[in-house]
Amino acid sequence: MKTVSLTIDGKRVKAHEGEKVLWAALDNGIYVPNLCTLRDNSEPSAACRLCFVEVEGKKQPVPACTETIEQGMVVNTKGPGALRLARTALELLLASHPVDCAHCPSSGSCELQKIAAHLGVKLKTRRFRKLLRELLVDSSSPVFIYDPNKCVLCGRCVWVCRERLGIGVLGFAHRGFERVVTTFGDGPIAESKCRDCGECVVACPTGALTFKDKQGTVKSAHKERVETETTQ
Amino acid sequence: MKITDLQSVLPAFQGIKSRAESQWRELRDGGKPVIMVGAATCGRAAGALEVLRAIKDELKKQRLDCPVVEVGCMGHCYAEPIVTISKPGYPPICYGYVNPVIAERLISEFILGDDPCLEFVLGALEENDLVPSFSDFPRAKFEKKVILKNCGHIDPEQVEHYIANGGYAALVKALQMQPEEIIDEVKSSGLRGRGGAGFPTGQKWEICRNAGGRPKYIICNGDEGDPGAFMDRAILESDPHSVLEGMIIAGYAIGARYGYIYVRAEYPLAVHRARLALRQAKKLNLLGKNILGSDFSFDIKLFQGSGAFVCGEETALIASLEGEPGIPHYRPPYPATNGLYGKPTLINNVKTLSSIRYIIQKGAEWFASVGTERSKGTAVFALAGKVVNTGLVEVPMGTTLRQVIFDVGSGIQGGKRFKAVQIGGPSGGCLPESALDLPIDFDSLTDAGAMMGSGGMIVLDEDDCMVEIARYFLEFTQRESCGKCTFCRLGTKQMLEVLDEITKGKGKIEDLDMLSWLAEDIKAGSFCGLGKTAPNPVLSTMSYFRDEYEAHIKEGRCPALMCRELIAYYIIPEKCERSCDACVGTCTVEAISANKKRIKVIDQEKCVKCGTCLDACPPQYNAVVKLSPPSQVPASK
Repeated sequence: MKTVSLTIDGKRVKAHEGEKVLWAALDNGIYVPNLCTLRDNSEPSAACRLCFVEVEGKKQPVPACTETIEQGMVVNTKGPGALRLARTALELLLASHPVDCAHCPSSGSCELQKIAAHLGVKLKTRRFRKLLRELLVDSSSPVFIYDPNKCVLCGRCVWVCRERLGIGVLGFAHRGFERVVTTFGDGPIAESKCRDCGECVVACPTGALTFKDKQGTVKSAHKERVETETTQ
Repeated sequence: MKITDLQSVLPAFQGIKSRAESQWRELRDGGKPVIMVGAATCGRAAGALEVLRAIKDELKKQRLDCPVVEVGCMGHCYAEPIVTISKPGYPPICYGYVNPVIAERLISEFILGDDPCLEFVLGALEENDLVPSFSDFPRAKFEKKVILKNCGHIDPEQVEHYIANGGYAALVKALQMQPEEIIDEVKSSGLRGRGGAGFPTGQKWEICRNAGGRPKYIICNGDEGDPGAFMDRAILESDPHSVLEGMIIAGYAIGARYGYIYVRAEYPLAVHRARLALRQAKKLNLLGKNILGSDFSFDIKLFQGSGAFVCGEETALIASLEGEPGIPHYRPPYPATNGLYGKPTLINNVKTLSSIRYIIQKGAEWFASVGTERSKGTAVFALAGKVVNTGLVEVPMGTTLRQVIFDVGSGIQGGKRFKAVQIGGPSGGCLPESALDLPIDFDSLTDAGAMMGSGGMIVLDEDDCMVEIARYFLEFTQRESCGKCTFCRLGTKQMLEVLDEITKGKGKIEDLDMLSWLAEDIKAGSFCGLGKTAPNPVLSTMSYFRDEYEAHIKEGRCPALMCRELIAYYIIPEKCERSCDACVGTCTVEAISANKKRIKVIDQEKCVKCGTCLDACPPQYNAVVKLSPPSQVPASK
């Protein structure tokens, strides 16, 4: 496969032809905030709108997950326009997220915390109204707890369950602000075809899906994934 | 195409055409009066079916035998139900605001007797010495009917009517051309997509033709969802074959084998008529295998969308057609190369497709002679809101907003003052009086902060609060957002919260900065067109009507007296009539009582601001008024 060389944040990097900017950056140790991408998903979902970067010659910031690399491309992940969009997107997510890190088993491995630190955004945002939904927590599964209130709708769990594993227990329902990840017919997970494999929990970047009883397992699973992704 | 095929196309069509023409002649020149009833959705909503029944009953009673034809929408929706009578010896006369009683009179006095009932006449379809014709109307100077030409004048359920009026001749001509020639013709006509974005149609066709992968698909996008827009519905209900013909020609030009008409299920009449049209076209071999004996085969199916606004976005529409949730997908690849089931797919709006036959028949040059430098042809608008002549309007591109609203639409209802016009639906914006002389075309409307959109035009007057209008449209997009991307799902929700607070008098001045900042980010950061344009109604009202926003925030006052929380109803004692109790009786919450002098007083604590007292107060007194802010109400003595 041909390789293409480009510059990201002043650093000359090489990546396979056809690769997206996001992976080219991550593979070369340059972090770009992201929530909704998974390496093995070939079609970028481009839903979280956090990975904006600036590309020389383009008027507007572009999402790194959909932008294909080109020879000689000059990418700036810290341009003011890109950071502005990423910060607004994160603050919007945080404004609709119950920021209760002290009592959240995912605290420490949560990607929202990591991205907030990277972008210099406070977890308790002041700019926007706090808009929470009061959805029921589903603890019916013997393996994990699903708290839809903490979900950022990145869709990783849906994709993993449906495409990678071919099970398809989880899916999206409703529109707009009411959009939610749920089971078919909105029933409890225990009554679905869930095989309790816990892959969705591993995929979840926040505290929406957490392992039961084994708080340690939760953290390590998250940490492991976050670490492999950033060091890859 | 092979020469042998071409030889068969013409004679095959000649037979169909002469049969259709003789049928049409029989109807028009059969010596009997012909009664046409406008029975599109606009007519039916106004009572056309009752009128139709009354006409049929009366004819039966009078033992008269004359054809009664259901036609589509003429565009004069304000005057529905509309009945057109063509009686030998008279010009075809169009009657407006017809009810069953008037219908009976028309039969007994005009059909049976010889009194054309001038008091009910709207206009004649031809110039004559008896009654004023539509061409004498001031609006006639500005209108130019191209794609609406047949609407309201033929029976949409009779393919023969369409063929006798020149229908499918363009298809026959196209089948004798090379596909590339057709694409060149469409390209040089300058036609731009009528769905809203205005992408050059010919270019889209060319990309799709050159794309690899088979079979190719054509999709007619009839997922019209803007509040106040009804152009596509009217065309599908009034002249469905014009859309079919455009699709078949497009299919031949790009080398497609299958087509889909995507119509929302909320348009049952459009669905019914389009389905019927498909069956008829198939029967005449204008559709199906080896069309008219040529080697071109093309089939069309109708698909009913379940009414999600976002499905008008082409990638969401394709997902919906494939049986997936209607959620937009990332482009590129664009549907033209990678669309339905991963195959090259051409998606065109209803109006775009129904323009095609005229381009093929009359030539690109003719089409390009109408319109402006960069926007060719005509624009179809659904004129709604506070305008006198609501209905369908077709004008050349470049006509000004003022001409459409004041000359064609006859201005504002009830002599009120014009405030703004909302163009382009939830993706468009509100333009103020100062923008009225803007020519209507794709570029100048976008520059002004609105957009062409698919053709909804809602006229607003002095009683409309611009903050509330912006809030209304944002509520619509928020509800219709698919929820996939952060900006559209949460950003529009945040904006909506702020607007809600402002209309309730709880806004803060710094909210305005937050609103415009967030609006810019949503525009730049959203995934699809729905999100990218969702802030437009807010941005345009904030730039043109900032004073209204400030009045809400700083003074707790709604200048248009519309926002319920910021107004109070008050009875002016000097105007209130002692002997009248109209308001007391209508008040739903018993908030109105009479004082010792029999002057009526509203208990502001109890009042729910429903406004029935204002409607009930007889016009000679006009004692009930709205005041804003509510503190304007004088303390009761």
